[in-house]
Amino acid sequence: MLGLEKKDFRLLLIVIGLTMLAPFILNPFPEGSEMAQFNAGYPDLMQRFVIFGIFAIGFNILFGLTGYLSFGHAAFLGVGSYAAVWMFKLLSMNVLPAIILSVIIAGLFSLLIGFISLRRSGIYFSILTLAFAQMSFALAYSVLTPITGGETGLQLALDDPRIFGVAQTASGNIPVPAIFGLEMRASYELALGSWLFTFNAGYYLAALFLILSFYLAIRIFRSPFGMMLRAIKSNQTRMSYTGLNARPYTLAAFVISGMYAGLAGGLMASMDPLAGAERMQWTASGEVVLMTILGGAGTLIGPVLGAGMIKYFENIFSKINDTILHGWFAFLPDGLENFVVAIIHPFIGKGWHLTLGLVFMLVVIFLPGGLVQGGQKIAAMFRRKQPEDAQSKATEPAE
Amino acid sequence: MGILEVKGINKRFGGLQALGDVNLSVAENTTHAIIGPNGAGKSTLLNVLVGKLIPDSGSVMFDGQSVLGRKPHEINQMGISRVFQTPEIFSDLSVFENVMIPCFAKRDGAFRMHAIESIFAEKGIQQQADEILNDVNMLEKKDMTASSLSRGDKRRLEMAMCLVQDPKLLLLDEPTAGMARADTENTINLLKEIRAQRGITMAIIEHDMNVVFSLAERITVLAQGMPLVEDTPDNIKGHPKVREAYLGEAQV
Repeated sequence: MLGLEKKDFRLLLIVIGLTMLAPFILNPFPEGSEMAQFNAGYPDLMQRFVIFGIFAIGFNILFGLTGYLSFGHAAFLGVGSYAAVWMFKLLSMNVLPAIILSVIIAGLFSLLIGFISLRRSGIYFSILTLAFAQMSFALAYSVLTPITGGETGLQLALDDPRIFGVAQTASGNIPVPAIFGLEMRASYELALGSWLFTFNAGYYLAALFLILSFYLAIRIFRSPFGMMLRAIKSNQTRMSYTGLNARPYTLAAFVISGMYAGLAGGLMASMDPLAGAERMQWTASGEVVLMTILGGAGTLIGPVLGAGMIKYFENIFSKINDTILHGWFAFLPDGLENFVVAIIHPFIGKGWHLTLGLVFMLVVIFLPGGLVQGGQKIAAMFRRKQPEDAQSKATEPAE
Repeated sequence: MGILEVKGINKRFGGLQALGDVNLSVAENTTHAIIGPNGAGKSTLLNVLVGKLIPDSGSVMFDGQSVLGRKPHEINQMGISRVFQTPEIFSDLSVFENVMIPCFAKRDGAFRMHAIESIFAEKGIQQQADEILNDVNMLEKKDMTASSLSRGDKRRLEMAMCLVQDPKLLLLDEPTAGMARADTENTINLLKEIRAQRGITMAIIEHDMNVVFSLAERITVLAQGMPLVEDTPDNIKGHPKVREAYLGEAQV
């Protein structure tokens, strides 16, 4: 269906189901309960999940398939954000033209950087992309201040010369991004008993783009082009002695992943119309590498899982503080309670990076194929218990 | 006039004259062996032919066109395929994908942006790949990952990848190096079969004289970068110069 094999179509349906029902799935705990702080179903975080999911899906097309490790993909995300905000400032508050322009600009920018960086492979390629991204960051931060807003970032102002639309609303505020009148921040709240579910317009727009991105990624993975990219990762010598020119293939993969990053950047600006240089910094580039490896490089669903996991840690673990811990361990005798809290303390709040680092180490050491490999191992355990089912699953490729 | 005409090739690496005024003519529809002791320049010559090295002077004409200055993938597209000493295959891909890739390369050229089409819809390519795998008796292994094949099967797979492109010239770099006796015999038979059924011109670099004399119709002997003699196998066997060059290296 839709040009997909049965198994891939099933995967697409799962992704559609998960994204559409995310407000329910991510809010499993009733409001006001002890566990409510683990709820991730609020618009801001849900938007992050899907936007970084798109970013990681695109990055995976380059890194997962060709093995070229770019350390500068945040530059394309940043460029996409700037392009979108300029579109809001100059054209209209409709997000569609902004998103389209951010994809185009990021595509052109990645064509330029990819053309130069892909003259080298391996670590030299990584260093070149890192250098370009850091240069872009430095330019955005200082030299190009008239275009990028420098340190403060690019923001909307009350006197923007918007061609279609108004500079200010009737009440004298800056208008907000919307799609044909539907504001991105518009939310519908559904209360069921003590549960509260939020359905946000911005989230659903981003989720639609995620589904589209995911569908396109499946098509690329299953195309002759995708096979060529995997061949490049496997053996470049055989590639050229088979009459294939690896350079345009890698460049095309680089530009496609750059456009995905631009889409993510454009969506980010659509949810919150500002863009800052820090989005281009090398830590942001490193983050998408972590997401992809954590979820499983070269797999379809892995990068989305990795992005979700890292954003969850960043937003939920960082909110837990000592007071909350004391609440949890209050049942322990005083001395022991303080001891346990002292042990856990470095791993929560600002120390969430430490927890993430440990998880990352464990995954890389024990599950080099990422979370997807973990899932496959669990699935394999169940299969061994049901031998009659084994035959039908055994023929499936490992993805 | 042969399909491959090499004239006056010189190549220096620093102070070492790797190739000195080498001439070689490979006639269409023959098997031509290039032999010589270690360091004779056989591999250097091969690397010149496939575009990996650029010679200091001389000319290499293939099928009426110069190959010098062209990249390896362009030379392959002209019709020269190469089998390596250690099989170069796409180890992470399945056997089936390994043979599909050269099919795409032959049909679509060095680059084509077919990013949306599905592999599963490419029935023609799949059929081609199935046929060649059947020809080299590997059809039942098509879903295996190439890295898990035995060494002999990797060699067969690499051969299949070259053959499916239907090359005008097949270059073989020590195809039996490091093989057990039985594998060597199998490879000789496979090459004889290919020669008989497909009529592909072959140029073969080989150390094993048994292999050379079972396959070659003409032999060029290189020594210290210079062509020593070019003749039929029978004449080479008794040639005094060849005996001298090989003294203590192999029985001729």
